Amino acid sequence: MTKRIVILGGGTGGTLTANRLRRELSTHDATITVVDQDDHHIYQPGLLFVPFGLTAPADIVKLRHQQLHHGIDFVEQPIERVDIDAQVVHLGDGRQLPYDLLVIASGAVLAPEETEGLVFGDTVHTFYDLAGSTALAEKLATFSGGRLVVNVVDMPIKCPVAPLEFCFLADWYFTERGIRDRVELIFATPLDAAFTKPVAAERLAHLLAEKGVAMVTEFNTGEVDGAGGKLVAYDGREQPFDLAVVVPMHAGAAYVGRSPGLGDELNFVPTDPHTLQSTVRPNIFVIGDATTVPASKAGSVTHFEGEVLVENILRFLADRPLDASYDGHANCFIETGFGKALLIDFNYDTEPLPGHYPSRIGMPLLKESRMNHLGKLMFQWFYWHTLLPARHVPGIESPMPHGGKELPADEIHQEAHV
Amino acid sequence: MSTTTLAGTPVEVNDEGFFVDPNQWTREMAEEMARADGIDELTPQHWQVIDFMRSEYFAKGTGPTVRILGKSSGVAVKELYQLFPKGPAKMAARIAGIPKPKGCI
Ligand SMILES: Cc1cc2nc3c(=O)[nH]c(=O)nc-3n(C[C@H](O)[C@H](O)[C@H](O)COP(=O)(O)OP(=O)(O)OC[C@H]3O[C@@H](n4cnc5c(N)ncnc54)[C@H](O)[C@@H]3O)c2cc1C
Repeated sequence: MTKRIVILGGGTGGTLTANRLRRELSTHDATITVVDQDDHHIYQPGLLFVPFGLTAPADIVKLRHQQLHHGIDFVEQPIERVDIDAQVVHLGDGRQLPYDLLVIASGAVLAPEETEGLVFGDTVHTFYDLAGSTALAEKLATFSGGRLVVNVVDMPIKCPVAPLEFCFLADWYFTERGIRDRVELIFATPLDAAFTKPVAAERLAHLLAEKGVAMVTEFNTGEVDGAGGKLVAYDGREQPFDLAVVVPMHAGAAYVGRSPGLGDELNFVPTDPHTLQSTVRPNIFVIGDATTVPASKAGSVTHFEGEVLVENILRFLADRPLDASYDGHANCFIETGFGKALLIDFNYDTEPLPGHYPSRIGMPLLKESRMNHLGKLMFQWFYWHTLLPARHVPGIESPMPHGGKELPADEIHQEAHV
Repeated sequence: MSTTTLAGTPVEVNDEGFFVDPNQWTREMAEEMARADGIDELTPQHWQVIDFMRSEYFAKGTGPTVRILGKSSGVAVKELYQLFPKGPAKMAARIAGIPKPKGCI
């Protein structure tokens, strides 16, 4: 019998899953339908570069349906809700899509409304969506000096290093414009360090200090007072600003909340961290930002998950045990300004460590270099031409490589020689 | 890791004072820890939060974040900060005898 596979969301995860499944399954085995509310696929890592005029908004958008291989149906409709008992997806126009197997790939949405007073306008901006980063580019171009506060309201957020990268690039940008001495840069985070993992957190905190960015930790924003020009934390601390760049709270897609039994309090879908099967129904699988797995919400995570997800879906359809296992592998280039970047590579069990990726000969880890900056720029090409079509790249595999990494003991040894 | 004595009983805690074994916890211990943290008396609202944290921990394996507490414990985030001024998620988790909430990556 031909199985009906429905994929909710045609972004990074939905597209690469559909393309990979289409290659593995004949049209007799399965129909594959991808649903998304619009036909504009945004290369989200590019949102970081738009405010600094390093990329134009139009250069990071392509048509969604064109990223999907032949033999995949694309439905452009908002998802209303899913009935997980009847196994039917309800669409905005009233249409119903029955499924045998459902893949949730609807990502995360911004939830500024959850923070009192957080309304984007003249002095309060964001770069986490296309409209926001486009407006911020205009604002920065005429910014002549003052206190610029970069604030993360609460975790989880997509690409948790992006706000740090924004600080590094702002330092470079104002230096280039010759007004760095008139701009005070502040990074206010709810975390107790620059990042969630200790070794990388220390390096990143060091870089912030080097670039003259003041870090304020455990700052839990309770209110954004745009008119008064200040952020107010729940514990009463205040951060005055001339310009605030705020990364708002994130949540799962709203339809998840309208689908009884599907999501958690934040509309993310409970997911087994290794098999990527949802824990709500065996015939629902989840990928990317929509999951609850304890990994960063990042494109690289989505990419590495894809391989395991598709293998397990094929096993599920064939009534075989799901033995493909995701290890939490993530890697991110962290743009540090002045044509340099550093790279981190980690998984559920191993925090980002120094060394090289993918093996002893490769890109330097946790260290600024021009090569990593070129890597970050090349990632955009890689995204459209390799990651979304789900082409295999030798050396870039789902499980995290250990080969090039320096164990903490090595590291202490090395530091002693510096 | 070290051993400390709470309400006359030795318990294992980590470097930051979080319980290693949540089953060692008693309500008397919570009262003692709260007093040491500057909360003279645990009110019914405090207990509502503490009980919610423990039930979440036993159901999900990790304590809730402040945002989830605000959405699900029946106590708003602003009040949570009044009840546990040193940061609701951490302070309440410690008093509730559960490990430090993992938070997010
Ligand atoms: C500023 C920024 C910088 C980033 N930088 C990096 C980086 O350097 N490296 C990296 O690896 N990752 C980065 N990321 C993260 C990366 O873009 C995401 O993790 C990745 O795109 C997640 O893929 P996804 O498929 O889960 O979600 P998405 O690609 O966001 O796709 C979700 C799709 O679901 C659709 N959808 C949602 N709700 C509905 C509905 N109700 N009806 C119909 N359709 C719906 C949406 O329209 C969307 O197309 C960055 C993100 C941001 C915001």
